[in-house]
Amino acid sequence: MFQRLPDVAGEMVTITVDGTPVRAATGDTVAAALLAAGFDHCRTTPVSGAPRAPYCMMGVCFDCLITIDGVGNRQGCLVRVRDGMAVELQRGKREVGR
Amino acid sequence: MSAIDALRNEYDVAVIGAGPAGLAAASVAARAGLATVLLDEQGTPGGQIYRSITTTPLQSRAVLGADYWAGSPLVDELRASGAEYVPGATVWSLSREREIGVSIGGAARLIAARRVIIATGALERPFPIPGWTLPGVMTAGAAQIMLKSSGMTAGGRVILAGCGPLLWLLAWQYVNAGAKIAALLDTTSSANRRAALPHALSFLTSPYLLKGLRLLREVRRAVPVISNVIALKAEGEGRLRGVTYRTERGGDRMEPCDALLLHQGVVPNVNLAMSVEIEHRWDDVQLCWSPVLDGDFASSVEGIAIAGDGAGIAGAGAARERGRIAGFAAVRALRPEAAAQHVSAESAARQALAREQRGRAFLDLLYRPAPQFRQPSGDTIVCRCEEVTAQQIVDTVALGCTGPNQMKSFLRSGMGPCQGRLCGLTVTELIAQARGVSPQEVGYYRLRPPVKPITLGELAHLPKTEAAVKAVVRS
Repeated sequence: MFQRLPDVAGEMVTITVDGTPVRAATGDTVAAALLAAGFDHCRTTPVSGAPRAPYCMMGVCFDCLITIDGVGNRQGCLVRVRDGMAVELQRGKREVGR
Repeated sequence: MSAIDALRNEYDVAVIGAGPAGLAAASVAARAGLATVLLDEQGTPGGQIYRSITTTPLQSRAVLGADYWAGSPLVDELRASGAEYVPGATVWSLSREREIGVSIGGAARLIAARRVIIATGALERPFPIPGWTLPGVMTAGAAQIMLKSSGMTAGGRVILAGCGPLLWLLAWQYVNAGAKIAALLDTTSSANRRAALPHALSFLTSPYLLKGLRLLREVRRAVPVISNVIALKAEGEGRLRGVTYRTERGGDRMEPCDALLLHQGVVPNVNLAMSVEIEHRWDDVQLCWSPVLDGDFASSVEGIAIAGDGAGIAGAGAARERGRIAGFAAVRALRPEAAAQHVSAESAARQALAREQRGRAFLDLLYRPAPQFRQPSGDTIVCRCEEVTAQQIVDTVALGCTGPNQMKSFLRSGMGPCQGRLCGLTVTELIAQARGVSPQEVGYYRLRPPVKPITLGELAHLPKTEAAVKAVVRS
């Protein structure tokens, strides 16, 4: 769980996570927005089903893989939030076509 | 026109990565009149060290400190240079002929460059302790990125663990931001302190000395520091609940926590460079792979240089100067008539680089991560993507598997989406230890493009030659 410092600037947008509206700041990446909103994981692994959360936040660990606007396996830490963006947590393996 | 279509087919110089080295290199090349493109995966310039320097929502400059804001002039320099800066651009391939595969916003292109400067910097060294895959465990660098780019700090009980300048810098920045840290578990061993001591004299002339001492003092005043930690375990089922640690004095202690921020130094991010088969050697002091480079940072592949921490870890100031030197070398090669006017600037960059690198040996030895934190055992996960444990690696060596590439066939270690970035060093060191040979002899994963995942749609978007179309279309 992360929290915003009291004196940060910036506008807010709304994304949905598995259909539920979530507020995020315009400068947030999807991974940052999820951590701020209290999600304790963003996917479960294809191997054992273990929950995983963002680990490196710089695009190298691939633990924040997530489905964004219907495209699976996006790196949540490299994609900035946009108003109306539809995010889905990934569970296990990707299906064909997403 | 979209950003991908706006790219030219060919540039004089392509710089990959917009951290201190890439910003400096692109500025030098463009100012000398070379057609220069700076491709960067992030949305804003700065790399990780100056991450979000143009956009951070933090109002107070005191939180991140003066060293962070020292990056601003580099961005200004780039903007005034005439270089084409392309954010959100993921480079997924580079050939020995300097053809670059790049994706922007879901569309891909191949562009060419007469000179390539790889400035992809560093990543945090893997820290494979039991439980390091649990949600709630992150790297200190990740927490720092959250602070820089979103103005957020970890909530609840926060514990920092490991060693190295970045760990202490994050603690200092958290203190500045008014965030509470329950404990800092320092894994710097007393043996390291002894080993580094003979180099303390040279560190006296390092630009990092005074800043470093002040920072340590301020952190110690605000954060309980537990020294000589020799074992760490993240506890919890599906979610971090605490950390168990042991010090050199013995006895396990468990501290409950909601966030565990790990760090034990940074290592060159070798994936792009190794995929072009640039020669790398095992660095026995920094315990990582470093490219073999000449004094201009030119690699073993004609026309490709590596600047910044990707050339061996030396910090942001050194990265900036290395970038400049690589930029000057490109100018010398491509516009010799413009090079003469840079002689004094280049010699200033080389002097500045020497200054920045003073006393590095002290930091390298002091913060050299202990063997038990690099070569885990038992069911500790080594490969996060494929969930391969240390015991599996060791058992497979016992079956006769001699290297990391053969290991892939047995265990799939290194074959997940991170392409070995988070397990490669650990796998090499574990095999070396089990076989009783050097990491140099064991070698590393054979890296192949694409070095970042791309979709079939992106590949299909690549412009096709007539011959390629004819090869698959029935008339």
